[in-house]
Amino acid sequence: MLRYLARKLFIYLLTFIVAVTIDWAIPRFMPGNPVDALVSRIALMPDANAALTSYFMAAFNLDQPLWQQYLNFWWALLNGDLGRSIMLFPTPVTTLIGRALPYTLGLLLPSILLSWYVGNVVGALAARRKLLDNSVLPLGYLLTATPYMWLGILLAWVLGSTLGWFPLAFGYDQSVKAEWSWLFFGSLVYHWVLPFASLFMVALGGWAIGMRNMIIYELESDYANYLMALGAPHRLVRKYAFRNAMLPQITGLALQLGAVVGGALVTEIVFSYPGLGWLVLSGIQNQDYFVIQGVFLFIIVGVLLANLIVDVVYVIVDPRTRVGLQGDAA
Amino acid sequence: MTSTIGSSATAPASKNVRSEVFYFASRNTKLVIGAVVFIVFLLGAIFGPMLATHEPMTFDAPPGLPPSADFWFGTTLFGQDVFSQFVHGLRSSFIVGALGGITAAVIGMLVGFFAGYRGGIIDEVLNMLTNVVLVIPTFAVLLVVAAYLSVRGLGTEAMFIGLTSWPWAARAIRAQTFSLTSRDFVGMARLNGESTFRIIFGEIAPNMSSYLVMTFILLFGGAILTAATLDFIGLGPTDSISLGLMMNYSVMNAALQLGMWWWFVPPGLAITAIVGSLYVMNVGLDEVFNPKLRAL
Repeated sequence: MLRYLARKLFIYLLTFIVAVTIDWAIPRFMPGNPVDALVSRIALMPDANAALTSYFMAAFNLDQPLWQQYLNFWWALLNGDLGRSIMLFPTPVTTLIGRALPYTLGLLLPSILLSWYVGNVVGALAARRKLLDNSVLPLGYLLTATPYMWLGILLAWVLGSTLGWFPLAFGYDQSVKAEWSWLFFGSLVYHWVLPFASLFMVALGGWAIGMRNMIIYELESDYANYLMALGAPHRLVRKYAFRNAMLPQITGLALQLGAVVGGALVTEIVFSYPGLGWLVLSGIQNQDYFVIQGVFLFIIVGVLLANLIVDVVYVIVDPRTRVGLQGDAA
Repeated sequence: MTSTIGSSATAPASKNVRSEVFYFASRNTKLVIGAVVFIVFLLGAIFGPMLATHEPMTFDAPPGLPPSADFWFGTTLFGQDVFSQFVHGLRSSFIVGALGGITAAVIGMLVGFFAGYRGGIIDEVLNMLTNVVLVIPTFAVLLVVAAYLSVRGLGTEAMFIGLTSWPWAARAIRAQTFSLTSRDFVGMARLNGESTFRIIFGEIAPNMSSYLVMTFILLFGGAILTAATLDFIGLGPTDSISLGLMMNYSVMNAALQLGMWWWFVPPGLAITAIVGSLYVMNVGLDEVFNPKLRAL
C-alpha cells in the first residue's frame, strides 16, 4: 500500500515541479515580449511608476542569471507569493484568488460528485435494459459532446432570459449586502442553480456511458456467468458487477478533473460568476499575467491534491492495492 | 452473409476482408448516422464559404436581424453575416480537429509503440512522462501559453492542443502493443532480424489499425472541443473567426438578454453535432471491427 501511494506521490511531485517550471519558463522563452505589452499598458495607469518598479523587481529580476531567477521564483512561490495584480494594483494575486475560490469550489465540488454519483447509477441501470439503454446512450453521447459553455448559454437563454426563472449573471443579487444573512444566502443559491446545472449535466453523460459499458463488460465475465448458472438472482449479480465496475470509474474521476475545471472556468464566464474563470478572463482582457499564472498554479495544486484524495480512496476501496498485488497500474 | 462467403472463392483474401468490413459498416446504424452528420458538416465547411455572400468580419449588413432570405442565419449586433461567420468557423473547427488530432495521434503512437514494444527503462521513462502530462490539467497549461502568445494562428492552436492531449492515447496504444509483442508472429519477425522500426510499423501497427483509427477519431473530437473552449475564453486564433469565438462575441455583447438566439445557437449546435457524430461513429466502428459487440 505504501509503495503504491509513494509511487503516486512521486509522480505528483514531479508533475508539480514540471508545472512550476513551465509557469516560470513560458514568459521568458515565448516569442514576443510581454514586458512591452505591460509597459504600454501600465503607462496609462495612475501609480504607473510604483507598479512598474514592483513588477520588475519582485517578479523578473532580469539582471540575474537564469538559475538565480528560477530559484527566486520557487522561493517566492513557497512563501505563498504569487506577485501583485496589475489590474487591481497593489492587491496580491493570492487575495484575488482567495476571493474567487469559494465560488468556483461551490460550483465544482457538488457538480463533480453529484454527476459522478448520478451518472454511475443511471449507467448501471441502463446496461442490458433495452428501453432505458436506447434513451440513456444517445442522450449521454449528446451531453458529452456538448461544449460546457454552450449548454450554459442555452440554459441562461431559455430559463434565464426567456422564462425569467433564474438570474442571468453574477454570484449574488447586486442589491443584497454581502453578509451572513438568510437573504444573502438565498441569493447565492438562486444564482448558483444555473451554472451548477449546466456543469452537472455535461459531466453526467460521460459517467453514465462509462458505467454502462463497464457493467456490460462485467456481466460477461466468468464470475457473473457462474453466478447466473448457479441461479443467483439478477439483483445480486448486478450488485457484484456494479462494485467491480466502480473501480475504473474512480480512476476516471481523477482523470476527468482537469477537463471539468476547464468547463467550470467557461461556465463561470457565461454567467459572469465571480469565480476563478471570471478572474482569468479579466486577467486575459487586462493582460494581467500574474493573475493568469497564479490561477494556473492554483489549478495545478488543486488538481494534484484532488488526485491524491482519489488515490487514498482507491486504496481504501480496492484491497489489491493494500496487499501489494497489482491493482490499477500506477 | 451468404453473399460474402460465396464470393470468397474468387476474390483475393484481403479484398474479402474489406468487403466484409464494408458489409457490416453499411449495416451499422450508428456508424451510418454518425458518418452522414459528419459529412454534412464537412461539406458545409468546404463549400459553405463559397456560398456566403458577405465577408465574415466586415460590418456591411443591418445589425441584429433575425434569419431571413437575405441573411440565412441573421446578423450580429454589429451587422456581420452570421452564416458567413458560421461556415468559416466550421472550417476552422475541422482544421483544428484534424491537425490537433494528427499531432496527438503521432505522439501517442510513437510513445505507446516504443514503450510497449521496448519495455524496460524506455518504458519506465515514457510511462513517467505520460503520467505527468496526464495529471497536469492541460487546459490550464494551454491557458497560460495562449495568453503569452500575442499573435496566434490556427496551426499554433492545433499544435498546442495536440501536444497536450496525447497521454491517454499513448497509454491505450502501449497496452495494446504490449499484448501484441508477445505473439508468435512478432517473435518470428524478431528472429528474422527485422529492425524495431519495421516490426512496429510492419507487424504490430497493421494488427491494431482499427484501434488506431478509433483513437484518432476520439482525439479529433477532443481537439475540436478544446479549441472551442479556448476560443470562447478569447485565447483562440487572432487572425480568423471560429465557432467558439462566435459564442464569445454573442455572450459578451448581451445576445442572451436581447434574445438573439441565431447568434449563439448555430455554433454550439454545430460543435455538439460534429463531436457527437464522431463519438457515435466510434461506437459503430467498434461494433464493426469487434465481432463480440455486434448485435445479434
